[in-house]
Amino acid sequence: MVSTAAGATSSGAGLEGEEGESIWGEDDASIAETTDVELLKRAWRNEKAAPEILLFEAGLVQRAREQIQLLEETVEDFVENGTDDLIVSLYQMDLDRSLFLLRSYLRVRLQKIEKYMFHISRTDLWNRLSEQEKKFSKRCVNAMEKHLEQSVLSRLPYGYQSILKQSISSEEDDMVPEPKLDTFVFCKSKGAVGAFQLDDVGDEIVDLVSDDLYVLRYKSIKGLVEGGRIDLV
Amino acid sequence: MAGQSDPHLPMFTAPEVEFLAEDEIVEIIPNVRMGALHMICGDFGPFLPQIAVKVPLWLAVAMKKRGKCAIRPPGWLSVDNLTQVLEAERESPREFQALPFHYVEISRLLFDHARDDIPDIYMVRSLIEDIKGVRFHKVETGLETISGRTHAVKLKNLSAMEVNIVRPFLVRTLQAFYKHDSPQIVQPQGSLNSKRPQAADRGPRRDLRPR
Repeated sequence: MVSTAAGATSSGAGLEGEEGESIWGEDDASIAETTDVELLKRAWRNEKAAPEILLFEAGLVQRAREQIQLLEETVEDFVENGTDDLIVSLYQMDLDRSLFLLRSYLRVRLQKIEKYMFHISRTDLWNRLSEQEKKFSKRCVNAMEKHLEQSVLSRLPYGYQSILKQSISSEEDDMVPEPKLDTFVFCKSKGAVGAFQLDDVGDEIVDLVSDDLYVLRYKSIKGLVEGGRIDLV
Repeated sequence: MAGQSDPHLPMFTAPEVEFLAEDEIVEIIPNVRMGALHMICGDFGPFLPQIAVKVPLWLAVAMKKRGKCAIRPPGWLSVDNLTQVLEAERESPREFQALPFHYVEISRLLFDHARDDIPDIYMVRSLIEDIKGVRFHKVETGLETISGRTHAVKLKNLSAMEVNIVRPFLVRTLQAFYKHDSPQIVQPQGSLNSKRPQAADRGPRRDLRPR
């Protein structure tokens, strides 16, 4: 999490008398990286920052759910057998934080589904949804179709009644909102990705060094995000 | 389209960025005896009086609020180091100094909840404010250098909160430039409005301008 620290050595005056030990939390961050909370946090950030819906982290969500449930039970036990309030409240906070992450992750996805339901249900983005999300998406599409049909489309003249097209003469589905993959995102590479080509033409190359922060077009780094080689921030 | 109000999904809010910062590890010196905590976000402790132990910031703040520990301020949060950083920050108008990704949030949380644990707090606080000011000024002047030729921006060492603040401006600007510079969009428009002569050659449009 911490940017590569260069000039942290202020051991001159020794105000606190700390030994040269690194207090930047860097080493700890790399250990913590492997916990499910850390993974969930990354998934949440990426999902929030990416314009399109990403692959549902089924295994991770499952594990997070189990851990949350387990801790809920533990906390209940603690309350029953009168464990110290401090300990109970600390565990409760840990629980709340994990719950927040999980809920927010699921919610961001639902927002995307609501926004792009027609697009998602007509492309292979569909395969990125969980079973429950697919159900939700289908119900959403049905409700929206019905609503548009009843309120507007049925009263329009022939040729303008499609949900997907402006008029019968449109060649493409030009009334389907699509995520803007052209948008720019902030990203941080995890390891050195190396020279990276920003577009198909290949006349623009960025050298992605570890931990550098870049603003790039989502489209060009899409593959890196999906492959987990770069994190959105 | 470029000037349209919020076509995006909501991004990170300031409290959300703070939430992320609260997972950064700090050292505390407990004054109570407490067994190890096996939490979802990791195992911490055991806690013994006067023995320093590493915990996430949220845990440190929670214990501090109840008077159960003292927080050891991180090494970078000292007058010495911050003075150096500020100086360097002023000397190099195009670079950001290395500070923790969450320095704004961490320092803010510590100022709010652990003021008695930070030596020279007034000095430290005003140094942080100054550093924030200098850095933000750089971000602002940096925004002016963005042009239609900018397709990637490098922001080495920019912190989380700073990212969050410039995000809307930067993304919109880049998007607008990209859109108006993009031949796929420009050409069909040109053929429709024949009255407006189309700039035939816009030069090499993809020119990387790293900063």
